[in-house]
Amino acid sequence: MPDQPSGPPDRTLRAVLAEDQALLRVGLTRILEAGGIEVVEAVDNGPSLDRALARTDLDVAVVDVRLPPTSTTEGLVSAIAARSARPGFPVLVLSQWVEPLYARDLLASGEGAVGYLLKDRVADVDAFLAAVRQVAAGGTVLDPEVVAGLVSGAAPGPLDRLTEREREVLTLMAEGRSNAAIAARLFVSEKAVGKHTNSIFTKLDLPQAPDDNRRVLAVLAWLHG
Amino acid sequence: MTDSGAMAGPLRPLTRVAPAPVDEQGLVERLRASLAAAAYFLLFVPAVPLLVLSLLLVPLGLTGLGIALAHAVVPATGALARVHRRLSGALLGETLPEAYADTTGRGFLARPMVWLRDPHRWRDVGFLAFSATGGAVLAGLPALLLVTPAVHLVLAVTTGGWVGLVLLGTALLAPLLWWVLTPPLVRARAMAERSILGVSRGDLERRVEQVVESRAETLDHSAAEVRRIERDLHDGAQARIASVGMNVGLAEKLMATDPAAAAELLREARESTVTALEDLRSVVRGIHPPVLADRGLAGAIEALAVPIPLPVTTSVAVPALPAPVESAAYFAVAECLANTVKHARATRAWVQATHDGEVLRIVVGDDGRGGATPTGSGITGIARRLAAFDGWMTVTSPDGGPTQVTMEVPCRTSPADRPTER
Repeated sequence: MPDQPSGPPDRTLRAVLAEDQALLRVGLTRILEAGGIEVVEAVDNGPSLDRALARTDLDVAVVDVRLPPTSTTEGLVSAIAARSARPGFPVLVLSQWVEPLYARDLLASGEGAVGYLLKDRVADVDAFLAAVRQVAAGGTVLDPEVVAGLVSGAAPGPLDRLTEREREVLTLMAEGRSNAAIAARLFVSEKAVGKHTNSIFTKLDLPQAPDDNRRVLAVLAWLHG
Repeated sequence: MTDSGAMAGPLRPLTRVAPAPVDEQGLVERLRASLAAAAYFLLFVPAVPLLVLSLLLVPLGLTGLGIALAHAVVPATGALARVHRRLSGALLGETLPEAYADTTGRGFLARPMVWLRDPHRWRDVGFLAFSATGGAVLAGLPALLLVTPAVHLVLAVTTGGWVGLVLLGTALLAPLLWWVLTPPLVRARAMAERSILGVSRGDLERRVEQVVESRAETLDHSAAEVRRIERDLHDGAQARIASVGMNVGLAEKLMATDPAAAAELLREARESTVTALEDLRSVVRGIHPPVLADRGLAGAIEALAVPIPLPVTTSVAVPALPAPVESAAYFAVAECLANTVKHARATRAWVQATHDGEVLRIVVGDDGRGGATPTGSGITGIARRLAAFDGWMTVTSPDGGPTQVTMEVPCRTSPADRPTER
């Protein structure tokens, strides 16, 4: 979860929300509005979401993976479709459990401006709002659980060459955090983080990426093999 | 069964007796076999008219008379066959099970159609033919050989001459033949009946097919159950707990700026935890209802009737049964009652459950408008659940009602568990 919103926090974002369970739809709307994000439309099913996503006045979509009518992955499918119609359209996908496969599909749907979080994370209201803003600003946010799954599921080999601290940094990078955020999180200087990331990129033979977003993608691509 | 009292002693398996030695045990065994043969022979008396009437049913066919006659002849033949199955089974030391197609709940006109298609009913007709012809000869011989000496002796004395000598010779030969032939004759008769009335290889193959099928259905059913539980959790407790998190999180944020709103959010969160627990309880109840574990099927069915918004009479007299059977029965009754509430527009409903030591039988009925279709997903779900235990169900629901669902699950209990009224 990002610690630093990438966009100016006072700008009012216009969001569409898709969540089929009324209780959570109400809760999410309240939280988004409390964070200065206007919910222009809150829908509870796939077809309505498709219609809502056709609007041109949206800054971001917050979408539950599972929506009626089939209650499988309508939300994810609609989000990916919207991103192929409007490349780079920011989508934050929420789910009650994380599935690395869905994360991969989302990441494959274009560079940046995507997020995939467990609904549990919403309870950390400020961090959640920051995540929405980060995605809206073109960043990538992945749930720590997804990243942990990817890191632990990675084939043995180069990853074993990383130090304990470097693994921590790698995990936080994959979640979409900036060097500054990682430094704050690990109580080290930004310079130290920079050293770790350089070392990681060298050890894993990754191309050096100029911005955070490319860096996430590079790391995730590597983790996915 | 007319012969069961008189034959109680002789209804033991026949032992194989060698022609020698000639001792008391051999004699008793042969007398017993002769008695069985006499019973077989006497049962030829009802077999003859039943055979004639059965053959008559063929030209009468589906006329009113044919159908009415079938309702008399077919069950009577079945009853006669049952006596024979019992007798032959006892003599062979086996149980010859019945395997007629089920006609429970079928109407007056539908039942003959089931009989017509039932190979076991046709085998009954074959049995009648055997019993009235060759079978009767086989069974008659021991008695004939036994009475021959007396008759021949009388005739030999009265006629005299060389004819008398021949008669005297046969009179002496007959007991010898009786001694040697009676056991194999009776055994042959019993074995012939086993092959006509017993369960054939084809039956066993069909049975295996059924078992394979019901096993697959059970697996399907378990998979569906797991999906249902997953969905119940996802839509219920999991969502509520997530919303508690959201409310508490937002309350935390608003605490300083808007304490009243924060307090309201916390109150909602508290309520959500209560409903989340209720949801979890209902999921647990769906897996294995606690009331079933605590109070058995009788108590659980009564508990089902309580929240039903119409009077439900329950009469449940069953012993403790294996937990999976009780569970299947419980959910079946729950589904039936739910259907009654949803569709029947009934003013009252009833549930009767009985167990006869072999089969659990449950009848759920209502006085509603009828017209229930046995193909609805709820009903087929019940049927699948029951099929896993070799059970079956029939639905009678004419338009205008009443609706009656009969479910049967074979489920043998040990004699000690059986209800005392048996």
